[in-house]
Amino acid sequence: MSGAFRLAGRGCIDTTRPVVFRFDGRMVRGYAGDTVASALLAEGRHLMGRSFKYHRPRGPVSAGSDEPNALIGVGEGGRYTPNLRATQVEIHDGMVAVSQNRAPSLRFDIGALNTLAAPLLPAGFYYKTFMWPRRFWDKVYEPLIRRAAGLGRAPTAPDPDHYALHYAHCDVLVVGGGPAGLAAALAAGQVGARVILCDENAEFGGSLLADTYSLIDGLACGEWVARIVAELERLPNVQLLTRCSAFHYGPHNMVALNQRLSDHLATPPADMPRERIWQVRACEVVLAAGALERALVFEGNDRPGIMLASAARAYLHRYGVACGRKAVVVTADDAAYRVALDLAEAGVKIAAIADLRPTPGGPLVEAARARGIEVLPATTIQRAHGHLRVTGAELAPVGADGTVGKGWRVSCDLVLMSGGFTPSLHLHSQARGALRFDDALGVYLPGESIERVRSAGSCRGVFALDDVLRDGVAAGLAAAGGEIGPAWTVMRQDAPGTGGFAGALPRRGPGHLALAFVDFQNDVTAKDVKLAVREGFRSIEHVKRYTTTGMATDQGKGSNVNALAIVSNVLGRRPEEIGLTTYRPPYTPVTFGAFAGHARGDQFDPLRLPPMDAWARAQGAVFEDVGPWRRARYFPRAGEDMAVAVARECRAVRAVAGIFDASTLGKIEVAGPDAAEFMNRFYVNAWTKLGVGKCRYGLVCRDSGFVYDDGVVGRIAADRFHVTTTTGGAAGVLNMMEDYLQTEWPDLDVWLTSITEQWAVIALQGPRARDILAPLVDGLDISAGAMPHMTLREGTIGGVPMRLFRVSFTGELGYEINVPSSQAQAVWDRVWEAGAAFGVTPYGTEAMHVLRAEKGYLIVGQETDGTMTPGDVGCSWAVSKVKPDFIGKRALALPALNAPDRLQMVGVLTEDPRLVLEEGMQLVPAADSPVPTSAEGHVTSSYFSPALDRSIAIAMVKGGRARMGTSLYAPSLDGSAVKVMLVDPVFYDPEGARLNG
Amino acid sequence: MVEITEGCALAGLPPMVRLVVQGRVAALDAAAASLGLEAPPPMLRVASGIGGSALRLGPFELLILPTWEARAGLDAALAPVPHSLVEVSDRNVGFLLEGARAADILAGLCPLDFALSSFPVGMVTRTLLDKADAMVWRTDAHSFHVEVWRSFGPYVEAQLREVAKGISFSLLTV
Repeated sequence: MSGAFRLAGRGCIDTTRPVVFRFDGRMVRGYAGDTVASALLAEGRHLMGRSFKYHRPRGPVSAGSDEPNALIGVGEGGRYTPNLRATQVEIHDGMVAVSQNRAPSLRFDIGALNTLAAPLLPAGFYYKTFMWPRRFWDKVYEPLIRRAAGLGRAPTAPDPDHYALHYAHCDVLVVGGGPAGLAAALAAGQVGARVILCDENAEFGGSLLADTYSLIDGLACGEWVARIVAELERLPNVQLLTRCSAFHYGPHNMVALNQRLSDHLATPPADMPRERIWQVRACEVVLAAGALERALVFEGNDRPGIMLASAARAYLHRYGVACGRKAVVVTADDAAYRVALDLAEAGVKIAAIADLRPTPGGPLVEAARARGIEVLPATTIQRAHGHLRVTGAELAPVGADGTVGKGWRVSCDLVLMSGGFTPSLHLHSQARGALRFDDALGVYLPGESIERVRSAGSCRGVFALDDVLRDGVAAGLAAAGGEIGPAWTVMRQDAPGTGGFAGALPRRGPGHLALAFVDFQNDVTAKDVKLAVREGFRSIEHVKRYTTTGMATDQGKGSNVNALAIVSNVLGRRPEEIGLTTYRPPYTPVTFGAFAGHARGDQFDPLRLPPMDAWARAQGAVFEDVGPWRRARYFPRAGEDMAVAVARECRAVRAVAGIFDASTLGKIEVAGPDAAEFMNRFYVNAWTKLGVGKCRYGLVCRDSGFVYDDGVVGRIAADRFHVTTTTGGAAGVLNMMEDYLQTEWPDLDVWLTSITEQWAVIALQGPRARDILAPLVDGLDISAGAMPHMTLREGTIGGVPMRLFRVSFTGELGYEINVPSSQAQAVWDRVWEAGAAFGVTPYGTEAMHVLRAEKGYLIVGQETDGTMTPGDVGCSWAVSKVKPDFIGKRALALPALNAPDRLQMVGVLTEDPRLVLEEGMQLVPAADSPVPTSAEGHVTSSYFSPALDRSIAIAMVKGGRARMGTSLYAPSLDGSAVKVMLVDPVFYDPEGARLNG
Repeated sequence: MVEITEGCALAGLPPMVRLVVQGRVAALDAAAASLGLEAPPPMLRVASGIGGSALRLGPFELLILPTWEARAGLDAALAPVPHSLVEVSDRNVGFLLEGARAADILAGLCPLDFALSSFPVGMVTRTLLDKADAMVWRTDAHSFHVEVWRSFGPYVEAQLREVAKGISFSLLTV
């Protein structure tokens, strides 16, 4: 047997399968089925970590997920995970684990000096001390405090594993696989309901795994669990999940589970996800979360070797480990007597049972006495001795008036404490369940919830095993809508104790320097809680925030009730008047990897590629993200930077022709007899008189009168429009159209279809565009006379169906060739080949922006910011004066939206033609305008224009149109101010001669 | 078909004609009749006739996958009633996901309940596959016809493969 404290023939570990792992660089031997904590305890080692604030040496208090002390880092490199509970981490060969928050070593930690300064570090210390000077906080205080406090370090290497997500639906979700949960799942499963049963541990059984006394149907608890699990496995409608924690209870019974798949395996299968998040939508939820034993609050209660009585029992019966040689038991509940009896039977000497109650009695107490164990009624523990391990306990009598008499020392290497059991209410509370205080038990129990949820077993204060099983069956049947369920006879069980203690134990002397911990993980002492109350905090929520009690990752599992009782005692008010703090998800910490799931790397978001993406890549294009799309920004030739490439592309478009993939433009087909009427109501423009085969620039406003989107609209037929939107506005415009159609105008016979991806768009722009295109369009006459600017024709191009728009966003003669997406590349190739002789040049989004700015065409979202009217951006010509109504019409009539000093779109020229302004620059009246000063406007677009061979910019300026010819100044970050002239925003070909060529 | 995990294969569907028919009852009736159906299918159901399949995606909307011959007849059938008929053959790409694990794989990306009792054969709906809008049609107990807009195809295919990679570990169909 490995480990001096391992007991042969006990526990559920597999002693035929030894496991070797490393802890802080040292080899540790254990067995399959061990946790890090049980394997270390088997070697007699309790010291496993250092505390958060004072760097106190700490050992495990519990044997489960409520562990606040034994937090360790596990794994190496990208697989390193900090702050895992040693009590839950299953060991495997080759595993590497390290202790945390210590330097240079766990046994000797320099940070432990903090504990000497503890009297100077009360609750609120940081708030009070590090106030001044204010600027020191960010640079000095916070970094120092963060280095000193805190737990494990975050891993920095990329995570090599993959994580899964799964949505599941069931009739009944049972959370917790102890006796209540097993009974509920079986009852619901036998009725035929779809059941999911999850448990955070590696095996089902819960408290039964550590119970060697009770007998169910003549079976030992372990055998009974195995039988029930086997029955559940036979039911095809039941899904069993172990190592799976329900950590979040969302609205409408959407419960999130975190399943750990591979961490316990030495060599997991190649494609196994490390963890999986289950998003379970359950018709009904049964919470069988159990109850957690409470620690006692006394001086030195955090010394390694001091633990919960139930934990010692779990280590004994689940792992075959005696947690010490000589134990002192301090209790206010009968349950600890069973632990003492079990330990004594296993050879652990019980030095004494100190019972806080004046007259403990009953069969368990008598059994302990009969075994020769010294039972000390009305006795408390004044303090624990020892540093890296408890060496003794000072026990003292408690008088009838509550005063504590002179104590005596009992040497021991293990102190077991039992303050009674706190029902685990976390998930019930997350489910917005009310809590009610139970006077008899002295704890909160679940009340009504707005969700379809019910609690069963000890998490609702039902403790006797036979009651728990019946409660579980009843809950399972109620959840599944069944009437008859399984029944078992409990032939032997301990009667549940009715004792318990909450708050700080009575002590002798004021204990000004005593560190009696309430919240082990956040190093909050009884003194801190009392101080918070003395300083005026009355609400438990405020006490929580001031002291940080219950705010650690264990969410106050072991500490909340004790903190509450201390506040209650100091204030002299009943606990239910104090309230209880909110339990927040997650129940136990969940890794970022699990949350990310498969949304990582390239798969984080859909990356949408336009049809000619591969071609652009082959041409060496540089790309940019435009919303979810990746678009070619420019096509550099050897040695070109962006400025040079863009200038060349712009010149090519103005001199010959450019070709551009405009497929990402949003497109919507508006069809039906009322299509024109719909367009009239939706757009600010008038559409009735737009002839078939004609195009018009359309503007959409919100009902606020502010520009929402724009685009060219073509009339395909009397009852059919081909609407284009901006790339980013496609989904929004379609949604807004549907919204109005369904809610405001359901009488209209018109319907909308997104055709964004049906039609790819090849823009061919430049003076030679017609010459290139004419031979390709299968006989269609596209001459200037037959097909002038702003017209469209349907035809074919090399046999491929085509909607040809003569439109221009460059100011040149131009076409947008719409062809079905699957054939776009073939058509593009044909145009490309035909254009080669002319010198057609591919251009990207950057050149497109420059070319449109030279023409003073606005870009929605660049010139506009959601507060610009059509008039502001120089488009009042587009707003129909005669239509009875359209979206935004009323708002546009408001005086405020027609005020002469509104921001208006103007062109801006610098004195120095080489100087390109920064987009976003503010414009102020004078070079030496005092700071702060109100800006007169701001620059929205700014480029170097190859056509004008100088810089150009567009700005929004107060009353800008009336100020053309005047100057403003653009202050730059270096303090200088650039003088600029306000001009007409159409910089190039203002007559539009080229457009109509 | 490519097996993406034990018990599930994925294939891209060949190009097909896709038509969106929208209109009131008369238009949907006319469209259904031209496919050889007695009536349009109820909401979120598919009906197949001699002229092709009609997928009822909305109260006023059918996605029609016609046979080649039925394509022209549809125009004529709809002509007398107010309607919108728009071809979207190239807007969508389709996948066929097939096998015992197909529903589990979809459940890795979609919050709908794919139990046969909740999502029977012949049901179709627009939904989300993780962050992509999609349409899912159960063509058989273990067979799904999935469509997304063209540019979402690579993303969705990669997501299906990623989910398939981890699907076989500790996951049983409930």
